[in-house]
Amino acid sequence: MLAKRIIPCLDIDGGRVVKGTNFIQLRDVGDPTAIAKEYNAQGADEIVFLDITASSEERGTLLDVIERTASEVFLPVTVGGGIRTTDDIKDILRVGADKISINSAAVKDRTLISRAADMFGSQCVVVAIDVKRVPAKTDCNGVYPTDLGTDINDFHVVIHGGRTDTGINAVEWAKTVEKLGAGEILLTSMDTDGVKKGYDLEITKIIADSVSIPVIASGGCGCLEDFYDVFTQTDASAALVASLFHFGELSVPQVKQYLKEREIPVR
Amino acid sequence: MKLAIIDYGAGNLRSVVKAFEFIGQECVITSSKTEIDSCEGIVLPGVGAFREAVNRLKEASLWDVLKNEAEKGKALFGICLGMQLLFDESSEFGITEGLKLIKGTVDNINTGGLPLKIPHIGWNTLCFNKKSPLYDGIENGTYVYFVHSFSAKTDAENVTAFTDYGVCTVASAEKKNILGTQFHPEKSGDKGLKILKNFCNMVEHDNFTCD
Repeated sequence: MLAKRIIPCLDIDGGRVVKGTNFIQLRDVGDPTAIAKEYNAQGADEIVFLDITASSEERGTLLDVIERTASEVFLPVTVGGGIRTTDDIKDILRVGADKISINSAAVKDRTLISRAADMFGSQCVVVAIDVKRVPAKTDCNGVYPTDLGTDINDFHVVIHGGRTDTGINAVEWAKTVEKLGAGEILLTSMDTDGVKKGYDLEITKIIADSVSIPVIASGGCGCLEDFYDVFTQTDASAALVASLFHFGELSVPQVKQYLKEREIPVR
Repeated sequence: MKLAIIDYGAGNLRSVVKAFEFIGQECVITSSKTEIDSCEGIVLPGVGAFREAVNRLKEASLWDVLKNEAEKGKALFGICLGMQLLFDESSEFGITEGLKLIKGTVDNINTGGLPLKIPHIGWNTLCFNKKSPLYDGIENGTYVYFVHSFSAKTDAENVTAFTDYGVCTVASAEKKNILGTQFHPEKSGDKGLKILKNFCNMVEHDNFTCD
């Protein structure tokens, strides 16, 4: 039976993990490869590197990090952040990443998704969708569509870390990226991200039910129950976690044990 | 003992090479007939579309080389799309002929009407069907990493392991010196590395007991 995946995400700036971790056994807490190795040992199912490097000169450092990681960690590695062209994608895959994740660039030019899928295969194209709840428009009688059970317009795609509302309906966008050849969707709710009160179950459920490609839930995980909820109340295939693991509030084995005891299939 | 990793522009080539290097196996990335000839075993990686892979292998004049080497008895290990290429044909984007080294076809994963996510991405368990040295030291039920939308259909006698994705799916196939895994051993952590090591041992000791 297919296992639900637990995926640690590392923010990388200039080749270093930004927030660091508190893995006391690591000599260099900022080294992405060392941290990825530690997560591998803990039983993480994949690793995501999110490059937040602002300057393009430092892209080479990222490629070096991926290459070193791919030589020592034999898990699927996804790399996202700042990818704009198929050449960017080629560079990242060539040094050993398995998948790339595109976000803003896909919104600005949706053909990037289809071109990437054609050139490298859908299996390596993850489209990251950041969503934000927006007030639903009322109809002429002042009735919210949500009251009528048609709440799908309540979520918009946002870019630039949530600062820009594109006005695009999130569910429609998810269906579109699937048609264009995305192999997976990484769905982050900007409303729940960083709040640690749990994943946004509503939008995760709606989107996972609207597409037939796997959806990775992201944003808001704060405790063990949040993993259970996202896997039982939505059809998410995986759960992404950032700081919660880095600072040891929870560990991968702890999460897996908890889910196993509650009959959620995990590796 | 040296392995030839076939270079025909497949995306995951480097991952496969790195995994073999990590376990101390000498290997060479090549598209040269002479070099392939000098190796004891061949690894055919692959991700992407079936027809595209067939075309690229033919353009690089590797198609007949692979067929001849395999028919002469040299070990040939296909990974993911590389395994699918071992069969007679695939229906991905129209019928395309495969290497015809193992009887069978490649089709869309048959979901049997179940609401299954396609591609089948993630860790799924091996369910052994037939004993193979490829799985020495690997337990039934071990999780390995899959990424695919198409899957092989072949007689059970060619299948060493299935996986259960709601529907029964071929995880690995083997016929004498020809073998393949639908999953990615090079991305399946320590267990995957062990499976690659087992393949190396099979080549080293000419131990192809699965007929």
